Amino acid sequence: MIIDFIINIAYLIGALAFVWGLRLLSSPDTARKGNIVAGVGMVIAIVAAIGQPIEGASNNYLWIIGAIVIGAIVGLVSAKKVQMTAMPQMVSIFNGLGGACAVVLAYAELVPYYSGIKELDMAGLIIILLALLIGGISFTGSMLAFAKLQGLVWDSTITLPRHDIVNMVLLLITLGMGGYLVASGVEGGLLMGSVFMVLALVYGFSFVAPIGGADMPVVISLLNSFTGLSAAVTGLIYGSQFMLVGGILVGASGTILTVLMCEAMNRSLINVLVGGFGGGGASAKGADGEQVAKEVTLNDAAIQLFYSQSAIIVPGYGLAVAQAQKVCKEVDELLEKNGVEVRYAIHPVAGRMPGHMNVLLAEADVPYPKLLDLEEANDALKNTDMVVIVGANDVVNPAAEDDPGSPIYGMPVLKVWEAKNVIVLKRSMRPGYAGIENPLFFHEKTRMLFGDAKDTLSNLASEIKSL
Amino acid sequence: MDTFIQFFNDESNLLLIYLLLFTIILGFEVISKVPTVLHTPLMSGANAISGVVIIGAILLIRQADPDDYLTLGLGFLGVILGMVNVAGGFAVTDRMLEMFKKKK
Repeated sequence: MIIDFIINIAYLIGALAFVWGLRLLSSPDTARKGNIVAGVGMVIAIVAAIGQPIEGASNNYLWIIGAIVIGAIVGLVSAKKVQMTAMPQMVSIFNGLGGACAVVLAYAELVPYYSGIKELDMAGLIIILLALLIGGISFTGSMLAFAKLQGLVWDSTITLPRHDIVNMVLLLITLGMGGYLVASGVEGGLLMGSVFMVLALVYGFSFVAPIGGADMPVVISLLNSFTGLSAAVTGLIYGSQFMLVGGILVGASGTILTVLMCEAMNRSLINVLVGGFGGGGASAKGADGEQVAKEVTLNDAAIQLFYSQSAIIVPGYGLAVAQAQKVCKEVDELLEKNGVEVRYAIHPVAGRMPGHMNVLLAEADVPYPKLLDLEEANDALKNTDMVVIVGANDVVNPAAEDDPGSPIYGMPVLKVWEAKNVIVLKRSMRPGYAGIENPLFFHEKTRMLFGDAKDTLSNLASEIKSL
Repeated sequence: MDTFIQFFNDESNLLLIYLLLFTIILGFEVISKVPTVLHTPLMSGANAISGVVIIGAILLIRQADPDDYLTLGLGFLGVILGMVNVAGGFAVTDRMLEMFKKKK
């Protein structure tokens, strides 16, 4: 009796720790403590789950301990080893594993149900199918997101013609199959149940397939919220309020981030999911071939920067790819030494996950008060001498402001052209990930500096040193 | 319709619905207005919390028959997956936040 009481209190404390931890996580000064509080909550709950009295249970503790040890080692080692630039991939994998766990658990309930060992009412069956569906989407979706971020898969190779319709049909078939299973109860059979699971897994893959590039932060936050929901639904299977609360909190935070990311691009979620960016009218405008981008020499760029009053660096995915965050900080320090005020303009969807650039710059020891968000940056840009764009493209595209025909028209962008001079560090003239022509490169204030971001920045650093 | 009304009128289901709704609202209230600098750690920390599924996997193994290798195997897999999510998620978030911290 008393042991039940202790276990229940433990779960309650665990749930409160999640809420409190998340609260602390949303403010920079307390964030680290918040993460630890949430982690402690999780440990308490795991101990409670192991200790909770279950009548007639055979416990099989060896299996549990073995799995926990293996999981903890794998998790801790990979968290320790991962490069900061590979953080979006890592987060995607961890996220997918949570979804996979929900699928495994739901399937483990389906087997005894269809073999007649365990009875379920309709609500119980619906819950299991929901866990399979949401968990399945989050699992394969996250794995594909990982493969895309890692550069293992290119968007064009896995999208079918009219992929939006394919997705719609696939979703309808999956839901139809679920409806059939609910209607037929035990008669449905394990085979059909397994088919439903496979359909959910295929749909997760197919749903992420057309989404790429600049839309990645949206889809990653969305998958995050799906994993939370799948955990919550799995909590219903086990009658665990604790799992329900934890899962819902994650679902809520993922949803908030998804909405923030969509707002940052001025697009609806549906629009992102259908994969609306790219192709189409994108090439229509820049086709006149008359425009020539003007280049600048390293030496000129170094002099301009060195003798300016203020500079703003605009990092993008290219910074992450080239792992140029540390050299970037080196240039920053050299300029500051000469009295140049250096700051960074961070667009909410720069990079491939929410807050991607912040993490990279933090790794390079850039103090976060130097990072300006979209609004602050647009105010500051008007009075800035030099803008250096490192591997960003769509987030500084003036077409978003003045070309109603552009696919990104209406998206809030960093108005770098309002500064006095713009230097663009870029590998080549190729359009950005979204495949959209960028008139900024032909702007009268713009000078191009071609090459790998890391090499260019370190050359720039040595030029500045020699001045 | 009748099943639905029955479901809703059941005391414990009703409590669950209350819990669900209040948690959703609480979640939105607690997390709204996150500064950009914390987007990644928040996502990754929340991600670690979604590892709560591990609780289900532990309960599954404990209730399984010692000879039922299918269930044990699935539960074993579930605990590993959940634990990687939990341990890796919290550790990676801490690593990120450590970087944020030291330049105060």
